[in-house]
Amino acid sequence: MRYERPETIEAAIALLADAEAKSFVLAGGTDLLVRMQNDTFEADLIVDIKSIEGMDAVTQTDDGFLIGAAVSAAALSENAALVAEWPGVVEAANLIGSTQIQGRCTMVGNLCNASPAADSVPALVAADARVRIAGPDGSREVAILDIPTYPGKTSLTKGEIIVAIVLPKAATRSGDAYLRFTPRTEMDIAVVGVGINLTLDEGGVVAAARIALGAVGPTVSLVEEAAKALIGSKLDQAALDALASACSAASNPIDDKRGTIAFRKQVAGVLARRVAQTAYTRAGGK
Amino acid sequence: MSSIAVATTINDDDVEFLCQPDETLLDVLRNRLGLMGAKEGCGTGDCGACSVIMDGRLVCACLVLGAEAQGRTIETIEGMATGSELHPLQRKFIEHAALQCGICTPGFLMAAKALLATNPNPTETEIRFWLAGNLCRCTGYDKIIRAVQDAAAEMRGEIS
Amino acid sequence: MSFDAAYQSKVLKSVGTRPLRPDGVDKVTGRARYGADFNMPGQLVARVLRSPHAHAKIKSIDTSRAAAAKGVKAIITAADLPDLTDGNRSLFAILDNCMARSKAMYDGHAVAAVAAIDEKAAKVALQLIEVEYEVLPHVVDVDAAILPDAPVLNDTIFTKGVEPIPKTPSNVANQAEFGHGDVEAGFMQAEVIVERSYKTEQTHQGYIEPHACVASCNTDGTAELWVCTQGHFVYRQTCADLLGLEVSKLRVTSSEIGGGFGGKTHVWAEPVALALSRKAGRPVKLVMSREEVFRASGPTSATSIDVKIGTKKDGTITAAQATLRYTSGPYPDTWAEIGAMTSFACYDLKNVKTVGIEVIVNRPKVAAYRAPSAPMAAFAVESAIDELAHKIGMDAVDFRIKNAAKEGTRASYGPIYGPIGIGPTLEAAKTHPHMSAPLGKNQGRGMACGFWFNFGGQTCTDLNVSADGTVTLAVGTVDVGGSRASLSLIAAEELGIDYQDIKAVIADTSTLGYNDMTDGSRGTFSSSMATISAARNAIEVMRHRAAMMWDIPPEDVYWEDGHAVAAGTKHGNRAPLSVKEIAAAAGNTGGPIAGHSELVADGAGVSFATHICDIQVDPETGSSRILRYTVIQDAGKAVHPAYVEGQYQGGAAQGIGWALNEEYIYGSDGRLQNPGFLDYRIPVCSDLPMIGTQILEIPNPNHPYGVRGVGETSIVPPLAAVANAVSNAIGLRMTHIPISPPRILAALNDAARN
Repeated sequence: MRYERPETIEAAIALLADAEAKSFVLAGGTDLLVRMQNDTFEADLIVDIKSIEGMDAVTQTDDGFLIGAAVSAAALSENAALVAEWPGVVEAANLIGSTQIQGRCTMVGNLCNASPAADSVPALVAADARVRIAGPDGSREVAILDIPTYPGKTSLTKGEIIVAIVLPKAATRSGDAYLRFTPRTEMDIAVVGVGINLTLDEGGVVAAARIALGAVGPTVSLVEEAAKALIGSKLDQAALDALASACSAASNPIDDKRGTIAFRKQVAGVLARRVAQTAYTRAGGK
Repeated sequence: MSSIAVATTINDDDVEFLCQPDETLLDVLRNRLGLMGAKEGCGTGDCGACSVIMDGRLVCACLVLGAEAQGRTIETIEGMATGSELHPLQRKFIEHAALQCGICTPGFLMAAKALLATNPNPTETEIRFWLAGNLCRCTGYDKIIRAVQDAAAEMRGEIS
Repeated sequence: MSFDAAYQSKVLKSVGTRPLRPDGVDKVTGRARYGADFNMPGQLVARVLRSPHAHAKIKSIDTSRAAAAKGVKAIITAADLPDLTDGNRSLFAILDNCMARSKAMYDGHAVAAVAAIDEKAAKVALQLIEVEYEVLPHVVDVDAAILPDAPVLNDTIFTKGVEPIPKTPSNVANQAEFGHGDVEAGFMQAEVIVERSYKTEQTHQGYIEPHACVASCNTDGTAELWVCTQGHFVYRQTCADLLGLEVSKLRVTSSEIGGGFGGKTHVWAEPVALALSRKAGRPVKLVMSREEVFRASGPTSATSIDVKIGTKKDGTITAAQATLRYTSGPYPDTWAEIGAMTSFACYDLKNVKTVGIEVIVNRPKVAAYRAPSAPMAAFAVESAIDELAHKIGMDAVDFRIKNAAKEGTRASYGPIYGPIGIGPTLEAAKTHPHMSAPLGKNQGRGMACGFWFNFGGQTCTDLNVSADGTVTLAVGTVDVGGSRASLSLIAAEELGIDYQDIKAVIADTSTLGYNDMTDGSRGTFSSSMATISAARNAIEVMRHRAAMMWDIPPEDVYWEDGHAVAAGTKHGNRAPLSVKEIAAAAGNTGGPIAGHSELVADGAGVSFATHICDIQVDPETGSSRILRYTVIQDAGKAVHPAYVEGQYQGGAAQGIGWALNEEYIYGSDGRLQNPGFLDYRIPVCSDLPMIGTQILEIPNPNHPYGVRGVGETSIVPPLAAVANAVSNAIGLRMTHIPISPPRILAALNDAARN
């Protein structure tokens, strides 16, 4: 196995594109190094992208934020402008693992690990974030939802690297939030995760809504029916009930060591209500 | 697999070592550098017993490759005391009986040090959530929290 | 010299204070050496190959490719170990658990081991070992294992303890019955009866330090073992028995121990490391991974318990009975028997009967876990007691006080109690401010009692007075939580010198006589007794030396406050001689001064506790949060109160984890699904509140200072206290531990539907 630390994105792409067998990108390493502990893990190449310029930067642009692939969750929470504009995204990233993990883990890594339970992904989907991909055939930008295809699998092709997350500028009178359910208060994988981004009109009525669910299907999903339940409402009881029902109905979870199907479906609805209320308040709704 | 030469700073000392590409910083510290204060409780970042501070951030040494230490600054438990003078956190852990078996103690001390560096006056809740990545099976955490609170007060210059 | 262990009431100067622990600095600076922190020159690294199957016949193991791999120095399978199949059954079980001989009995069961020049070479070699399995039907659930259609895991097991002995083999290894009176008649007198079934899942001790050892066998038949253990003398004996070594030629040194809680009283890796070292002719280091710890070391039993208790409306319990089924893993053991003994130990009952049923399953061999077997029994019994109190409209504490055991009570498991603490802990709970604090919406309070036997056992200490009058105390019970501090206090007290002048160390097996291990809450109890005895022997020596220095008869010298004093006025009011003065003169008065003691510490004195728990339940998600927790326990005498509190708090935290979230989860394939700290959810810091403690001191009549063991009882009440709190918060009886969010939510949904 080789460890490489290229200083340009081109060099990183070349390394990955030329690699004959199993190769991995290393940013925070909090998933990759766990996999490496496994007796059956095999890798020929690990490409550490942290020395590439810009990878550890959060840049505010006219269109929003550009978050480098190696920015840790802890660094996100230290960026006041980002926290003010996308509190839900930042709080989601800072629910991943422990303080120790948050010092290393990245949202891109969380996305590329392709776990349906990834905390930051529903929040990013709700925020309508995109990713910037660099590869042997040039760059492209795709929606977050297009990356994970199945637990542990992504749509990235050989040699491709996600270089940044592109967060749009938050709309006026909008707010986002994320909540997850875990048995413990910390150090757990989401049993259900819900990310919501709401935009209100001048009268405090929900004009746009994006609602994403995690850990209740093979990939994170965007629930259109749930958005419909809220649009046009001021989050009255009927709208929240409809939201909860839509989220429960859209959940297609499995029974596993972390939760049952019935539990996940029910709690998806419960969390959705709570997250919607936080997002609504953050958007300025009363 | 050929070894990688790494130059780094550990506890203010320049250190050079060779490691394998897949070797963790924890294994380097323990097996190559004789710094056995960081403990392996799980190897998967779930227990915090191997906590060290890298470039000012608290990390699990088991989830860092040795090769990644190149050019970085690393603090371990071995560098916490100043000569023969214990750090206030170390002293308070002993005074408050905040350790029983002691295997988690180096990790807790590094984590608490990182906390107080950014938040000198944390609430009990803030301490508890910051330290949630450090498992202790002996104490029920009660005396650990008290020791951190007391050390923080002393470090803020309040009489304790 | 005969030793009088009887309690003597007196003012104590050192005992009961809170000095700094002697191993503190080493432990906060990273210098303390634990199991994995030791290396030997030329050392090899060992790794173990484990069965992926819950139950499988081992048809063949081909190690030839692995043996030929680079860097591999030795490979062993069960064929390299003594065949104890027809020998002592318990030794066979221990060895078979270390290395499966004919069948793999659980997911993670060791089948082969490799010693190689480094970790990587050992890892590669493991992949090259070819094991041919014939997968057999398995069973992991305690209730499923005793069904008629369950696969019989061992066809040589015919249930012991029942008459007549069954003619067909089954998974019930043995049955044990306790009690007195006539329960049927008692139930006839009852006005209210509660009868329920309860279940608890398997948990792990969860010590943060994985098992680790370094073994070195020499060609001359001597061997050394460095190991994290709760009992190095016991490990020595067991390893010698298993491998056919001479006991005294095996020197075992206990490292600092990173938690044990009963889980480091059993051997797993050590005989394997020794056998590999013997075969390779080099030292071998074996450190288990966390996954191996969960899959293949010490869990406690999973249980299924039926309880029936009857009472009169005035709160007099008329009869109580329990049937307790405990898993023991693949080999027969006595966990259910112990559970059956502890079930009703808190109460004074006329008619009581308990039956313990030991069940064989395809799970790891059960190991002791802090008051082993008692927490599950207490969960079932204390839940039923709570429900009965509600049903007759009596306060839960008053109901327990009315029926509490007291001095002279015949315990449900046989003996007559001496002075005990159950009544006082209940009285203390009744008046504790926690009991009357207001509760909010969705909050509930629960309380429960717990009992543990405590143990004494074989103990040996050496106390050596150095030339400067300072003292080294060599003890043979491993220090798991501060006992070097408490034993130094004891020595200081008895000798009358400063705590600072004592240095306590844990001696290895070649430098001290045999000691039972640190289990049964015996560390401080038994070693303090031996320390007192050794100190008294040293004082006896020093009295004689003082007499010699003064040239007066020894019987005219008595010991007071750290000094030899010449009695009366006939010796001219000589100034008393300090330990320092006597020690300084030792070279001219007969040589080194030492006190030795070997004894069996009898009369450990049973232990009781009462816990109070407040919990908040989120009725929409089933999530719960401990708001407040109080432990009230009898310590006899708290030698170092800070570490007594630590035992109370630590046991409570473990019990809370057990009650709410910890459990072994098996897939339908019989494989453990959660062998790691991420999904085996022990409480993290943010899960718990501060844990209040109240130490009661009801002197143990069989210890000079009244000390009782304190280490284990604190884990007994929490399962029930938490369950009662949750049940009171949601108005539904929770009968399946852990009371995890999905179980609470399902119960609430069921109730809403009905």
